[in-house]
Amino acid sequence: MNALFDTLVQFGPDLWKATLDTFLMVGVTMLSAVVLGTPLGVMLFLAAPAGLYPRPWLHKLASYLVNALRSFPFIILLVLLIPFSRLVVGTSIGPKAAAVALSFAVIPYFARLVEQNLRDVPRGMVDMARSCGASPTQIVLRVLLPEAMPALLGSLTVTATGFIAYSAVAGAVGAGGLGDLAIRFGYYRFETGVMIWCVIIMFVLVQSTQWLGDWLVRRSDKRT
Amino acid sequence: MSPEKTDSPPGSAAPMIVLEQVSKTFGAGTGAVHALHPTDLRIDAGELVGLLGFSGAGKSTLLRLINRLEAPSGGRVLLQGQDITGLGDADLRQVRQRVGMIFQQFNLLSSRTALQNVMFGLEVSGRGGDEVRSRALQALADVGLSDKAEAYPAQLSGGQKQRVAIARALATEPSILLCDEATSALDPHTALSILRLLKSLKERRGMTLVIVTHDIKVASYLCDRAIVLEKGRVVDRIDMGAPQPASLLGKFFFETAKGWTDQTVLPQEDA
Repeated sequence: MNALFDTLVQFGPDLWKATLDTFLMVGVTMLSAVVLGTPLGVMLFLAAPAGLYPRPWLHKLASYLVNALRSFPFIILLVLLIPFSRLVVGTSIGPKAAAVALSFAVIPYFARLVEQNLRDVPRGMVDMARSCGASPTQIVLRVLLPEAMPALLGSLTVTATGFIAYSAVAGAVGAGGLGDLAIRFGYYRFETGVMIWCVIIMFVLVQSTQWLGDWLVRRSDKRT
Repeated sequence: MSPEKTDSPPGSAAPMIVLEQVSKTFGAGTGAVHALHPTDLRIDAGELVGLLGFSGAGKSTLLRLINRLEAPSGGRVLLQGQDITGLGDADLRQVRQRVGMIFQQFNLLSSRTALQNVMFGLEVSGRGGDEVRSRALQALADVGLSDKAEAYPAQLSGGQKQRVAIARALATEPSILLCDEATSALDPHTALSILRLLKSLKERRGMTLVIVTHDIKVASYLCDRAIVLEKGRVVDRIDMGAPQPASLLGKFFFETAKGWTDQTVLPQEDA
């Protein structure tokens, strides 16, 4: 126990830096999910052949693209995106570059969740909105998204906890963050203490994300 | 046959709703379902008309063709003389704001309070600010739910939910109200209170009411006329003031109004 405490003192600054890097990676990833994944999911939902505004051709294209991106093993995606990362954030290593690859992974993933959440909104709500003379934009912004909000927040929570773990995989290619630290110090240099601390911090991150998510879902859900 | 000849009572007011040879087919080819065969119908301003039939008879489809929630596969739909069949999206939305609609499942937004639900119809029509709130409050008062303005749908009973839905449909003061099995999910006591409310609101505002129901009691209580549908066709048009059903199905409905017996003839088995 004492040894574990000593590790904390010795590697404190490294652990702190790694935690911040993880925060940065996951933060950017979740921002991408919300800002880019949500509209993509809405589009997939609306343009579906039996959707509200069927555009079968557009839907097929987007659907194939999403599936293609999702079928890449993440580690391959990381390597493939090196030139793109260099272009966007000016570097191909470190947390910023990993955030680019993580964003590519999260956007199609979250879009599919959004699509499913919107499908679960009772169709009668849309009928009601149309009967009131609502426009497509009004139906999306005032009916579909608010009605799906508890489910969307749940999906966001699942995505966030999943991608905290995913960001650690990016550590394998020198992305920084807790996964990186755990491998470089904990595994390669036999600093088991560092590895343990990394796992503890990750556990706390995942747990508190889940708590926060559950709380937001409860607060937004007026159905009970 | 022109719709005037089939429906119009002599010397009546201007037609509010006219359907000319309107049909609806879902799907295509061998899987096509003819929900409504070409149908003529004329409903005058201020009339109370019931669309009567079993499930799958096409009565809901007919109702949804009136505000073009379903696009007709053939024929024309005219509201107050305006042909809405080929209207663009923006114009169609304007028309829908003059046609209120309520549903069997109420379709209240779960994320909004009763008051906010009533405000929805006003918001989408582009009205803003204090007017929306004061008119929504008035509409809630008209259905006797002033004290539930801040309640969420989950906190309301079925009857209260339908009252909120009625307030939402009427807040924009439409000239037509469409009711799709509005009382079918409610117990008889609550159903009657909703029907009474509809009747009194109708008398106060002089709207035209079209209601879809499978319950002859609803049609008898509320309607001037009943249109009986079977397998996508109008099989009977009955004056509810002096009902003389001509079809088997029409007769069946009036028969069941007296209560079910072992001798009650089921028209579908008979056909």
